[in-house]
Formats: sequence, structure tokens, C-alpha cells
Amino acid sequence: MKLQADLKVFSMRLLLGALLVAAALIQPAVAGPSLADAIGNVQPKMVKVYGAGGFQQLEAYQSGFLISAEGHVLTVWSYVLDTDYITITLDDGRKFQAEVIGADPRLEIAVLKIDARDLPHFNLNDAAEADVGDRVLAFSNLYGVATGDEPASVQKGIVSAKTELAARRGAFETPYTGPVYVVDAMTNNPGAAGGALTNRQGRLLALLGKELRNELSSTWLNYAVPVQELAAATDDILAGKVRPRGDDENLRRPADPLTLTLLGITAVPPVLPKTPPFIDAVRSESTAGRAGLQPDDLILFVNNRIVSSLEALENELALLDRDDSVRLTVQRGQQLIDVTLGARE
Amino acid sequence: MKLALYRVRFFLAVWSCFAGASAYSLADDAPASANAPEASESAETPAAADAQEASDPAESSQPPKSAVAPEATNPTANAASVPEPVLEFERQRIAAVAKAMQPTVSVFAAGGGGGGSGVVISPDGYALTNFHVVKPAGNFMKASLPDGNLYDAVLVGLDPTGDVALIKLFGRDDFPTAEMADSDHVRVGDWCFAIGNPFLLATDFQPTVSYGIVSGVHRYQYPAGTLLEYADCIQTDAAINPGNSGGPLFDAQGRLIGINGRGSFEKRGRVNVGVGYAISINQIKNFLGYLRSGRIVDHATLGATVSSDEEGRVVVTNILPTSDANRRGLEYGDEIVAFGGREINTVNGFKNVLGIYPKGWRVPLTYRRGDELHDIWVRLAGVHRQEELIQKTIGAPIEEPLPQPKEAPKKEGEEQPGDDGDGEERPKIQPPIPGQDPLPKRMNPHAAPPPPKELAKYHVEREGYANYYFNQLNRDRVWSAFTSASGDFSTAAGPWELEGTLAGGGPFAARLAQDGARGVFPRGEVRLELDRDLGEQLVPAESGGLLVALHLWRRLLVEGPSQYGDVYYLGTAPMPGGQGMADVLVAVYDVVESWFYFHPDSGQLVYMEMFADTHADPCEIYFDEYHAIEGRQLPHRFDVRHGDAQFAVINLNVAKTPQGAAPAGEN
Repeated sequence: MKLQADLKVFSMRLLLGALLVAAALIQPAVAGPSLADAIGNVQPKMVKVYGAGGFQQLEAYQSGFLISAEGHVLTVWSYVLDTDYITITLDDGRKFQAEVIGADPRLEIAVLKIDARDLPHFNLNDAAEADVGDRVLAFSNLYGVATGDEPASVQKGIVSAKTELAARRGAFETPYTGPVYVVDAMTNNPGAAGGALTNRQGRLLALLGKELRNELSSTWLNYAVPVQELAAATDDILAGKVRPRGDDENLRRPADPLTLTLLGITAVPPVLPKTPPFIDAVRSESTAGRAGLQPDDLILFVNNRIVSSLEALENELALLDRDDSVRLTVQRGQQLIDVTLGARE
Repeated sequence: MKLALYRVRFFLAVWSCFAGASAYSLADDAPASANAPEASESAETPAAADAQEASDPAESSQPPKSAVAPEATNPTANAASVPEPVLEFERQRIAAVAKAMQPTVSVFAAGGGGGGSGVVISPDGYALTNFHVVKPAGNFMKASLPDGNLYDAVLVGLDPTGDVALIKLFGRDDFPTAEMADSDHVRVGDWCFAIGNPFLLATDFQPTVSYGIVSGVHRYQYPAGTLLEYADCIQTDAAINPGNSGGPLFDAQGRLIGINGRGSFEKRGRVNVGVGYAISINQIKNFLGYLRSGRIVDHATLGATVSSDEEGRVVVTNILPTSDANRRGLEYGDEIVAFGGREINTVNGFKNVLGIYPKGWRVPLTYRRGDELHDIWVRLAGVHRQEELIQKTIGAPIEEPLPQPKEAPKKEGEEQPGDDGDGEERPKIQPPIPGQDPLPKRMNPHAAPPPPKELAKYHVEREGYANYYFNQLNRDRVWSAFTSASGDFSTAAGPWELEGTLAGGGPFAARLAQDGARGVFPRGEVRLELDRDLGEQLVPAESGGLLVALHLWRRLLVEGPSQYGDVYYLGTAPMPGGQGMADVLVAVYDVVESWFYFHPDSGQLVYMEMFADTHADPCEIYFDEYHAIEGRQLPHRFDVRHGDAQFAVINLNVAKTPQGAAPAGEN
């Protein structure tokens, strides 16, 4: 008797299930599906990044998204990361301390790492592409609207143009000059940088770019850098190719290493735990002076290895012999300049 | 099989629409596109390819990526091949906009400056807008509808903390109304649209429509001080500009889901940057009864502060010993698990719940202490003291949503659309807003033209009220519904003799008269001396003052609201225990404030709470089993509660309510 009842319930459930399936099949044509499902797939991959800032209109937050199950996060390279205390909040509300494992200032990207496993993530090698006119969705924590487990904000739009940022040189000052998607969604908002641009199906297209304002018209450019432009650099970062070596104990250290003083550079005083390596002064009669380095230049790379702080810069130089030549990449305004400083002259 | 075929065709339709997105301007926002990945899969099957060819030869020979090109060159050529589901969706959208347009109000301040938007929610002309729209406009304003008429409107009620105002339009009894949705069902990604009066463009009475998606739900946006808090709001990328304030946000079916009133404008001047916020309509539903009362209504506080601990739990970090939450058992260190029926994981989530309820409501709360969960109902206190709220409401200089930005710097990033943009980052010269003439500065409201004569009677000034006229209106409505349900007690002014038994055994008797009250309970006799402070005679013990409550109950019935003392209409509040909403009259006599709950349909008095002290639990009486006594309906069952305990259930056997001398003021 009991069994029969159970069977009855079971067959009822089957019937109900069948009805539900049928309803699901018919439903799109009747009411039209919403974007909610695609959005629901993307949201768990989005993260909120918190770091330095919080004064003078420098928001102490930005956006990012997971690119590995082990907690690698792609975001933009910015002042927000100029601190030892970067916090990442996942979509489920969990908070982690994050470490910058590498950056590429030329692309204005950075990869962060948190200590977590089995995370939903985008696969950068499986990113989609979009054409002009395609519908897109932008995910970000613009204005820091969401906190904790609150999901990122979503905006809709279309790709207005595929162009090179270089084409806007003079109007928009930016180190990155490569291809971008320009979108009609208002993505260039505080805190939105590092967010994801996806297609209507939630497949990753691009990384929302940093704030970019036209000094002349005071307009802001809503753009995103295609993942295809970033994948190789991100792989290099993940492979440790651009990582500073300074912390590695096993490396051979020359007896007479290179120093900033030898190059003729005086850096800004180390006032912060991660002071950005700005040049404070250049001795005119020095290799640096002759190479044209100037005060306020920001040293980004030493021999193509990123130096994100004064300490990292000094550590990197300490691995070089004073007789070696060294290639420095500096940022002056929004320009990137490479100089090679020959061996002691 | 048919279904399968249909699906193929459907995906087909979807695919061509997806691939040719730019070609079909009509296909904009087609629902079908979301299915495109499936579509692309089916398109690879031979059957699908055939069908595709049949339905759209132009595309079949093209690889998906370049499918855009041939149509893009001649958008109209393929109009006939726009897939039916796309056209159907477009028709639905047009119908939704047409329906939603009708009740959308464009508000213009009398005197010619400023204004905003609104939406009509009842055929007799009640309309919602923002507090910050109404504030500069004053008590009388002009409101236009797309029917081409300009209606006179008066202010009804204000919710300064929630940034909501209720106004009433005059001139019709068949105004078009917006259908309210359940905004808790709104999901991120849902299509939505705002209608309103951005930049006060609707001088031709035709409002503007902007379309977008829901970018976020259950957002919390901090208040400015204690006013203009956007709790549990809906975030949208539909363009919300100055002048959209107070206007409706609709879902794809044209149902009202929120009232637009705020945006993040930082750094981009004072125009839409794709981040607008709407007050959820569910929050406004909670406040609607309060707003109809003509009062300046207050929001709620728990009497406790909470914060997230390191494990992400939301815990009580401070609690007022005088709060109801504390009396119900909540203590420092307790974890808030659920509030208002929602799971609580963040402080914002907690504030979201707190923000959607009016002062005085009871809300369920679940907290964890150790391993134990405790379910309680908490009465919410007000955010402000009454005088403080009035002061802030009158005093706060809130800018009307004039489209002309000013140069004064501003620190806050989040602003009302009526506010200025950020001073520091904004360029010195604002680009002109196309099609927008500078409007004159709002005139001094005192200098505004006097209201039309026939309207003047609809506004009654009284301290603490936005418009006392509507309080009287509702108080009289509730009272007249009660007297038609119960009969006229003004002729029952003699001493009332009540006799009965307690449910647990033992006798009950009471004599309630003009000059005093006496009660007999199993534990003895108790008396009330009316020349002494009632708040100090809370007898019998542990009842919270049952005899006082009974005395005041009789007093209200016999004297009526006009003779009782200060009696005002509070609005609607939920009956304890989730029995639906009731109309509440608050009656103040001596130091005692009593809340009388009337059933909205029957008009009958169903429940009362007698507060002898705002920091103590009230004596509560549930009135039930109404029977006729001398031609009037009198309850025969009194369920008496105090705090967390039931004091007694009284079953009445005998009740005498004799005619007495015509009631005269007792004081």
C-alpha cells in the first residue's frame, strides 16, 4: 500500500517534471528569456578589489575577475594595488588577502592571487570576440555599490567601435595604445576598471579599462581591452616571467652590485611600505642624466622585470653587477620610455 | 515533432536576429538573442541550415561574423524577414510602454520653477513622487498627464528618510493607474524602463521613456544624515537624469517596480552615467498607508547597531536597554540570522530590511546565541524624535531637480539627481544639455501664486503633518466604518458592567464609568483613580495595565475620536502574528498612548495596544466574538497579553452598556 502510494507520488513527479520541461521549452517563445541566466553564470567569477586610496577622489577599490580555479584574479594595474594590504571579496562574500604576482604596466593589467580553490573562473584562452553592433554586458563594482556577497553591477550595451586607443592620442592620455572595444554602456566609472565585458551569453570579451577622460571635452571613454590582447602577457605573469627576483634567496648576488646612486638617480624617500619608485632627482653628469631620465619619471621595469616598489627596484638592481648595462622602462606622464644605461662609463 | 520543428525555426529566428543585430533596429533588445548559443548549435545541423536558408537567404551564405554586413548596408530591405518572435516582443514592449505612459505624471512646481516626475496609483488621483521633488514645490503643484491635461495637485504625505512623497491630483475620479509589481521578484538582467520628466522636458505633457536593464537589486545607498536613505533599492542603467526624480521604473510588462530618485553622478557632471537607483515599490507599499495619513512619517531603527565580524557574521555590537529588541531578548554579541523574513549576511542586508519598514511596525527577527536560534517579533522604534524629524524636514535645504548645475563644490559622491555634481572634478564650464533652456531659479515658495480657491480646502496646516486634511479624512473614514459595523456608543455613556470568566478559571468583573474604573480578578479587586496619573496605575499586576486599557477602550467608543483627546490616523500596520494589515488610530490621553487596530474590510476594532511608557511593553487586547448588546456590537472575548506572556483570556457573559448623561469633556 505504502509502495503504491510512493509510486503514485513518483509518477506524479514524473508528470510534473515532464510538464516543467515542456514549459521550459515553450517558454522562450512566449515570454522571452531574460538575461538573468547568462548574468548568473558571470557573477560568481567577479571579485571586488580593495586597496590603497580613499582620498582626493582616488577610490580605494576597483573590479576584477577570476581567471583560474586557484584564485588568480585579473584586474587593472593602478594605485589601488600600491599597498601590502589588498583585499579581495568574492561574489559569495568570502574575503581574502591578495598578493600581486605580476603586472604589465604597458597593458595596465595586474594579476593577483588569493589562497582559495575550486573557484568559478573565466578561461582567458577561451574568450570570445565581438563585432561592432554586438550586444554586450559589462560587469563591475562601479562606485563600490556592492559589498560583501552583493553581486557586481551589470550594464547592457553594444560595441560601438573596435579601434586602437592610439587613435585617440592627444585627446585621451593613456599608456595603452592597442585595440579596444568602445561600448555605449557607461562603463568608465569610478571602481569599474578591471571589470568584465562579456557577450550576451556571458562569455568573456574584454577587461574594462581604467578611467580615461578627455581633457578637452571632459568626456569619458567607455572602453575595454580585448582579452586576446592580454592573454599572452597574463600567461607570462602566471609563468613568473615578469616577477621580480629580488626575494629569491638562491640567486647569485654580485660582490659589487649596481645601485641607484651609481646610475646618478635619487629616488623619492621610502615613505610607504610600497613606495612607487619615482625619480626625485637626476645628477646631470651621470649615466641616467645623459640618457635623459628626469625627475618624476616612474621606474616600472628593470630589464623587463616589473619593479612595483622602491624596495623591489633596489632588490632587482642588487642582482646586477655594476659593470652590466641595464634597461629601464619608465613612465613619464602617460608615456612609456625605454632607456638602456650602459656599463659604467 | 511539431514542437521540435518550431524550436528549430525559433532558434533560426533567434540566430538571424543575433547575427544581424545591427541590421534590425526593430529587433533591439529582442528576448530571443539570449538563446543564441543554442541557436548557433542548431544552426549547424542540416535541418537548421535549410530552415535558415528558407527564412533568410541573405544570411545562409554568410559566415556568422560577416552576416551583419549585407543587411547593414540596407536595413529596410529585410524588414519582412524580421522573425516573428522579435516582432512579437517589440509589440509587447510598445504595449507595455503605452500602458505605463498613461499614469506617469510630470510634476511642475507652482510658480514656474523646478519639478520632477511621479506616477498615479489610484483612480482618485493619489500619485507617488520624491520628497526632494515636492519639498521645493511646496503644498500645491501642477501635474500633467500624457492625456494632455494639467491637473492641480496637493501634497498628502511625506517620507523624508525614504525620499518618498504622496500627492493627490484633482479633476477626475478615473485617473489611469500604474499596476504595482512585486519588486522582490525583480532580477538582475530584467529589462526595465523609466518614464518621466528629465530636464523638465515634458512641457508638452509627454514624458520621456528610457530603456535599460536592472543592474542590481537589494542595493543600499547611504542617507545624507538621516534623510534620503535608499535602502533595498533597484539599480538600473536606464537613463535617470535630473527631473526623472519621483518618476516610475517599470518592468518589461509595464508594471511599477520602483520610484526613481537617485543616481551616482560622481565625476561626470550631473547627468546619467548608467547608475540610477529606484526606491523599490515593495518598500513604498509598506509606507503607503502611513503616507495617506497626511503625516511626516518616520523610518525605523532596531535600537541596536550591528557589524560584520571576521567570519562574516552580522552581530549586535550595541543595543539600547530600552529597546523592544532588548526586551524581547536580543543582546550584545548575538548573531542576526534573519530579519523581516530575509537571511542576513551583510550589514547592508540588515540595513536593507530596516529601511523598508515604517516606525512602529513589528518585524520577525531570528538571532543565534551559542548554538540556539531564537525567533522573536520586534517592534521598531523611530529613527527620529518627532520634533527632530519636523525640523529636518522643514530645514534641510534640498535642491530641486533643476537641470542647471551650479558651481558649489560637493564632497559626497552619491547624490540626488537634484544635487550638484562633484565640484572638484567637474569642469568649470558645463557642456550645455541639448534641447534644454536654462530654467529660472525657483521662486520663494511664499511668493508662489496662491493655490486655486477650490483646492485651498484640501490643505490643512498642522505641526507634524504634511497635510492634516488627509489625517482628518482618514480618521473620520475609519471611525465611520467602525460605527457602522459596531453601532453608536455615544449614547452608551452610563457605567458599563461587564462580567465573565477567565479561560484558566476564576471570575472577572469590571465596572467602567466616566468617573473611574474597577475590576475584579481572581487575585482580587483593582481600582483606577482618574485624578491620578494613569501611567502609574497599571493594574492588575503583570497585565501591563489592563484596567487602564479597558477604561480607554470604553472612552474611545463613547467619546469618539473628536472628544477623546488627541486622536490621529497612523496609517496601516500589520496585525501581530501576520494576520494582515489594519487601519490604526493612535489615541493620546493623559500620558498614555493607545493604538487601536481596525479591520480594513469589516471596520471592526480587532486589537489595541496601550503604552503607558514608550520604553515599556504595552498591554495588548485582542477583541473577538462580537455580539449585539443593546443594539451595539460588543466583543465577548478579550485575549490580554503583556510582553512575551499571555495575561488572560476573558470570556464575557454579561455586558450592560446603559445610556447615560450626554458625554461631556472630563477635564
